[in-house]
Formats: sequence, C-alpha cells, structure tokens
Amino acid sequence: MQKADNLKEYRKELQESLDNEFLRTTLDNFAVAYKAGRANAFKGMDVRSLIDDIACSKDAAGENFEALYKEFKENAEAAGIHVHFAKTGDEANQIIAQIAKDSDCKKIVKSKSMTAEETLLNHDLEDAGLEVTETDLGEWIIQLRHEGPSHMVMPAIHLSRYQVGDLFTEVTGSKQDAEIEKLVKVARRELRQKYVEADMGITGANFAVAETGGIGLVTNEGNARLVSTLPRVHVALMGIDKLLPNLHDALRILKALPRNATGQQITSYVTWITGANECLSAEDGKKEIHYVILDNGRSELLKDSLFSQVNRCVRCGACANVCPVYRLVGGHKMGHIYIGAIGLILTYFFHGKDKAKNLVQNCINCEACKDVCAGGIDLPRLIKEIHARIQDEDGHPLPSVLLSKVLRNRKLFHTLLRTAKWGQKPVAEKDGFIRHLPMIFSKEHSFRALPTIAEKPFRDWWKDNRPEVKKPKLRVALFSGCVQDFVYPEQMQAAVELFAANNVSMEYPMEQSCCGLPVQMMGEMEASRDVAKQNLRAFEPDAYDYIITLCASCAAHLKHNYPKLVMDRPALKYRADAFADKIIDYSSFVNDVLKVKKVDFNESKEKATYHAPCHLCRGLEVHDAPRQLIEKGGMEYVECAEEEVCCGFGGTFSMKFPELSAELLNKKLTNVEETGATTLLTDCPGCIMQLRGGLKTRGSKIKVRHVSEVLADNSKKK
Amino acid sequence: MSSKDTLYQTFVEKAELVSAFVTNIDSEEAAVDYVINLCDKKEACQLLASGCEADLSEKAETLCDAKQTKVIAAPGLKSDLYETLAAKSKKSGFDCIDSGMRKHLAGIDIGFTIAEYGIADTGTMMVDCPSEELRLATMVSEYHVCVVPKSKIRANTYGVEKMMLTRMKKTPNYLAFITGASRTADIERVLALGVHGPLELHILILEDQ
Ligand code: SF4
Ligand code: SF4
Repeated sequence: MQKADNLKEYRKELQESLDNEFLRTTLDNFAVAYKAGRANAFKGMDVRSLIDDIACSKDAAGENFEALYKEFKENAEAAGIHVHFAKTGDEANQIIAQIAKDSDCKKIVKSKSMTAEETLLNHDLEDAGLEVTETDLGEWIIQLRHEGPSHMVMPAIHLSRYQVGDLFTEVTGSKQDAEIEKLVKVARRELRQKYVEADMGITGANFAVAETGGIGLVTNEGNARLVSTLPRVHVALMGIDKLLPNLHDALRILKALPRNATGQQITSYVTWITGANECLSAEDGKKEIHYVILDNGRSELLKDSLFSQVNRCVRCGACANVCPVYRLVGGHKMGHIYIGAIGLILTYFFHGKDKAKNLVQNCINCEACKDVCAGGIDLPRLIKEIHARIQDEDGHPLPSVLLSKVLRNRKLFHTLLRTAKWGQKPVAEKDGFIRHLPMIFSKEHSFRALPTIAEKPFRDWWKDNRPEVKKPKLRVALFSGCVQDFVYPEQMQAAVELFAANNVSMEYPMEQSCCGLPVQMMGEMEASRDVAKQNLRAFEPDAYDYIITLCASCAAHLKHNYPKLVMDRPALKYRADAFADKIIDYSSFVNDVLKVKKVDFNESKEKATYHAPCHLCRGLEVHDAPRQLIEKGGMEYVECAEEEVCCGFGGTFSMKFPELSAELLNKKLTNVEETGATTLLTDCPGCIMQLRGGLKTRGSKIKVRHVSEVLADNSKKK
Repeated sequence: MSSKDTLYQTFVEKAELVSAFVTNIDSEEAAVDYVINLCDKKEACQLLASGCEADLSEKAETLCDAKQTKVIAAPGLKSDLYETLAAKSKKSGFDCIDSGMRKHLAGIDIGFTIAEYGIADTGTMMVDCPSEELRLATMVSEYHVCVVPKSKIRANTYGVEKMMLTRMKKTPNYLAFITGASRTADIERVLALGVHGPLELHILILEDQ
C-alpha cells in the first residue's frame, strides 16, 4: 500500500524495491516469460479485433448499467438470490457483516476478490468478530503476512519459496522445507479443513450476466468452487463494472482474460452459478446466496466522457505485466490496492487523491500498457490526465509552472536555450558532453552524461543552407522538436541532405516550437494546449504532402494528442486533424514513401543494432521500416533482446526518478552490448541523449546515432 | 480429414497441453475398468510429492486421518453403470459411493463423472453439476476421471453457448468448464498441480456407437 507523504519519501520507498534483488529477478524473468507466453496463447487469433469488440461491448454495458442492474437483479431474485446494492465500500462491508450476523455465521472462507481488497472487507469482518480465511494460495500467504497483494493475478509474486516455507513453519507449528510442490500440498491440506468449518463463503465475480441473473468465476486453483459450494451461505461481491447483458459477452471476454493475464488459453475452472443452488448442509437443502453490487464511484466514472473507458477493465493484470516501471519496483510501490497502470488510475478514484498523487507521476509514458490492455483502455493518457487534475486541485509545483511559462513563449524559450549555450562554455567538452553536472542536478543524475547545446541551432543553419530542389516530387514540412533544433541539429541536417538528393522540397516554418509533450508529462494541460496551438498556427497542412519529424515522441504527440487537445475548438480541431494526417516519422517516410533501395547506398558492413523508441513502435505502430532501412543503408542489422522496451528516458521522468531511469537504461545497455554491434541506431533524439549519455558513462565504444545520420553517410546520391 | 476428426484432434492436443491424460474408450464398461485400474495403481490418499508424512497442524492431520480405505465417488451415473462400478469396486476392495460426499471432505481417491460437452479449442470439459454430490466429486477427488462422448465435442465456447443458456434458465444451475488439473503458480510463478482440486484430470473419450 502507498504510504509516502511526498515525492521524496516515495522515492525512498522505490529505492527499497530497487535494492530487493529477489524481487527484481522474479519480475525480470516474469516480464520476459510473459511476453512469449502471451504471444503463444493468442497465436492465430485476431487480437486487435477481439479487443475492439470487448471495448465496444463493455462501453455499451457501462452506458446501460442501470438497466442491466435491474434486469440482473430481477432474474437473480426470481432464482432465489438476494441482491444488494452498495454505494460505498463501507456500505458493502456493512451489508456483508449484517448477512453474517443474520444467518449466524462465524467462520468465513474467501476466494480471491479484488473488489473485497478495494473495500478492505477483511478488516471490517474481523472487527465484527468473524474469522476470515483467504483460500487462494497467494492471498492466503499475504493474509498470513498481513500484506496487500503485489499483483492482481499473482498476489504473492514478491515472495520467495524460503519466505513462504518459514511462514508455513510458523502456521503449522512444524518445520516445512522450501520445496514449492510440498508447500502447495501443505496449503491444500491446511485449507481443506477451513472449508469444512466455514459457514459462509465469499467470492468475487468476473461476470454478472443480466439475461440469466447468474455469475461467472474464473479460477485456476478451484477454490472458488469449494468456497461457493461447501458453506451454507454464499456472498459474491462485485463492482457494477462486472455487469454484462448476456452470456455471449462473457464468453468473449473469457477468450481474452486468461490469455492476457497469464498466457493460458483458459483457466482450469470457469464456474457459472445461476440461482440458489443445492446445499446439503442447509436446513432446507438450498444455499443462501447474496450478491452485493458495489458502486464506490464507478457510476460517477461512467458519466465522465474520458474516464468512462475505465469500466472496460477486466482485471487481467496485463498492464502491470508489461510495465517497465512495475518491473523495477513491484506492485507495493506501483499502486495502492490495485496496481500497475490501471492501479494508478483506480487509486485516484477509489482511494483518493492523497494516495494517488505520488503514484501517478511514476509513469514513463511508454504506452506498453495501452498496447496490451484487454479493454483497449488508453491508460497512459488517463494517468497523465489525473496527474493534471491533481495539480489543478493542489497547486502546481514550481518547476512545472516555470517550464510551462517558458514553453508558452517560444521566443523566450529559444533565447534561454541560446543563452545556455554561453552559460555551459566553462563545463562543455569537445566531445559534446558536459564535464560536470550543473548544480541543479544532484548526484543521482550522474548515471548518464548530458550533451551540450549545439554551436548553431538547426533553425539558423537552415536559413543559410536551405537546399533548392528544382523538380520536386514531394513537398514536405519539417518539424524539428527542440532537441534536434538545439542539441542535435546534425540529425536534421542529415535528413535534409537525403531528402534533397531524392527530390523532396522542404519547408521549415520558423514559428514552430517545442511539441509540448514535456509539459503534458508534467501534468500541465493548459500549457500543453497553448503550445499545440502555436505549432498548429505555424504549419499550413494543406501546403505539404507530409509533415516529417525525426523525433518519435514529437511525432506521436503531434499525431495523436493535438486533435484531442483542441477538441473543444471546432475550427482548430479541423486544422489539427489535417495536421495529424500529414505527420510521418523519418523511417516510415524514407522507407515506405521514398522507397529507397539497397543500391542507393554504399555498404559499410558495420554491425548495427536498434533501439525501438516507445512512441515509434507503439505510439505509431512502426516496426519494420527502421530495421529495413538499416539493412538497405548498407549495415548489418543484429537484433537486440527486448528491443521494444523503454530506455528509461521519458523526458522529464528521468529528472524526477533518476534511479528508475538509470536502471531501465542499465538493462537496455547491457542488452545492447550483448549484441556485439558497434553502432546503436534509433529514431528519437531523446533516446539518443539517454543512450549516448549512458554509454559514455560506462566508457563504451558503441556509437549511438539517428537512422538519418547513417543513411546520409552511406548514401551514393549526394 | 472430416471436420469431426479435426475437432477431436484439436481437443486432444489442447487437453494434453494442460497435462490432462486423454484415452479413447469404446464403451462405458471400458470407462469403469479404467477407473478400477487407476484406483488400484494409486496409493491411498496420496498427496503426490508430499505424502502423509508431511507435517501438518493438528486439525489438518485429524481431517486427513478420517480416511482409511480407497474411495471412488460416482454420483449422477445411470443406475446400471453405477452398479457395475460398485460391484467391481467391491471386488477390488474399494469403497464406492454415489452420495454422502460431505463425509469425505478429507478427500476421495477418484471422482468419476460424465461431461455434457467437450470444447476443442481449449481442451475443456463442460460439466453441468447442479447436484452438490456431483459437484463435490469433481472437487475433492485426487484424480478426476471424466468421460465425454466424441460426438459432443464442439469447436469453442460459442458452440456450447445455447446449451449453456438452456441449462442456466432452468435454475438453480451450477455449471463448470474444467480444463486440466487444479493449478497454481502463486509461489515464485512455479507451476504446481492440485492446490485445492484434483491433482490429475483423466479424460476418456467415448467412441460413438
Ligand atoms: S505507460 Fe508505460 S510506464 Fe506508464 S503505466 Fe503504462 S506501461 Fe507503465
Ligand atoms: S487495464 Fe487493461 S490490461 Fe490492465 S488489468 Fe484492466 S483490462 Fe487488464
């Protein structure tokens, strides 16, 4: 659970996780195995359209939840079930405690339910004098340790077999070895008597099917079946997000849920309970069943045009499985009760601003979660939006206020950058790096060297060197972004050279400025919107065939976020759509539009590997173009392990969480070094800054370059 | 290959992928023989990999001690088939029961049931068990032996949707998809079978007459 009061304390907590060797290794192994397992489970299926269908049906169910609830309740009651509605978590807990009292229950067995975790049900039941036993192995373990879950599907993933062995020794009062098979059998036999003694069973529900008034439970261990069969009273606690119109919708989700959660085609057991079932230990031979349907802020969420998509979540946990930050720090530090990407969002809505305010900053915006989500939820966008909302409520921290002030005023911003060039003189070295970190950076930032500001920004170079293309076959506009304009102009120059040689005429609108992503990352939505407007005005989308940017982050931001940022201004929105349509990244343009060929380049035969920027591979879904270009450009491409995993830059993220950024970078560079390549190529100046700075600190000889640079070097057409 | 054969093959392949044991049989009597045989080979109350020697708390021990002879539970069978099974069990020295499962919660050796349908794309058995006895037989047994007629194998869950709905509308109903043995990966993500339910699932595919 999240306890830190401020960012500083939170960072201290994060450091504890980073120092936990066992946790790190487990999560690493898991991340790699999960990806392969998932791909295998979905093999031959059209995953995209399955996810789209789920999103559609869940959206419809969310819009319709009142009618669905009514139908569900009617059908359930007709089949002898008691249905309750709880507005808040406390109310749900009270209802359940009351049921226990009324039916004279003393001992309760529970099968895993995230909703019960959300309401902290166990506390309230125990306060009411009831004995509660979790029966899901992982849940039982963490219950015995008085902890919260660290993963939605594998709640005890943070513990080693030795820790579990010690724990079980304590519980059984006799020595247990740390052999997993045996520990599982100990749990089997210890828990069996709990089922026998219990008079109430509590489960969650994965599906609440309105047309039948029944529920569906998805489990591997089979404990939900025992919990819902043996005790004479059964209570199922579920959020209104579980309501579905019909069985078909549930079966469709079932296609994705286990595959996305653990890479299984289906779980061992899927149980469908409809009506008050036979129960031979009850006086009338019928089980007493109660459904408690929980709102706890969900209906409010459904009214929000942006956040209503949260209702699509099927609690598969995949967003944590792929999150590079979760992989470093685990669930106790990346969530409150719900963990991972969805956890950051749900924490805000279910557990409040104070619990969420530090957590929401711990997202690097790599989009891995969005890419994998079974409901197609735009998780990173929602996380940023919450960050912004919290700042609007709590006041904005000074650095982000300053940055937004500066970025809103292009002239001021550019003047500052030009001044910085003079300011850095005493610390700048010839190799393009700053020798000593300026005072504002503390020691934690020394994991990578920082580049100096270029002698001459691209915009000045352009004024003097703009090429004239006589018979252009295409007209394009260039968007440089601030890093390539002021730090790495040579990347833009290389592109200009190649474009001119291929008869592409170019414009570089001088009024363009930073794309605005950094301020958006800091939760400064207003500033982000203002910067977007500036850039939209600077470009005349109809005048070009394409607008090209060599920065993957800019490209994704311009393409996907600009139209959303100006949504409420119809005229601008129209322009933003046209603008977004024309945006293309460098590699796609050169490979897919210009269609350059291998014969156009000299062969250098150098071994090159690739780092796929998050905003290129996931943000723009570009995968093949850069790799093909490396081969066409005369180099030998060697694949790197985890090529599409974030390098840890994340713009301002690396300033806020240098320890995490350093670890991500570390992993990336180790993978890169293992390829034996002498050159590392990528498509984003931010990634280049991170990778180059890290390699420099490591003392490595590997060169980091933008794809545009090697293509210009090897091009035969000059 | 006929589509029926493809379905059958997919079913077997997928079921074996989740470590189910699949066998073809040509009559119901063969199923009975399979169960007797399996029970015979099996150690009594054998918690594989950790036998009764594993130390437990007192209460758990007591529950375990409640069980002495090998028990086969087969609630819900047609009476003539049940009688055949009961007779053969007696001859081999096993208890055979079709009710009173609650007296055997420490565990029975084999639960013997018939599935309504098989689902090919995941190797799943669809077992309809509104009767508590039948339900428990599939839960507290160490081995679950489950028969499905070959003609009842469907491509995917959508193929059994209508049948499910018909059953669900005759409330109360309790219906299960069972795929492989009970499993967990909660400790260090290492797969372990039989955490609460059966340690093994044996599927017998009955040739159509
Ligand atoms: S965007 Fe990346 S860092 Fe942020 S929550 Fe999603 S996966 Fe994690
Ligand atoms: S947000 Fe998406 S990926 Fe995360 S748990 Fe929910 S459905 Fe799964």
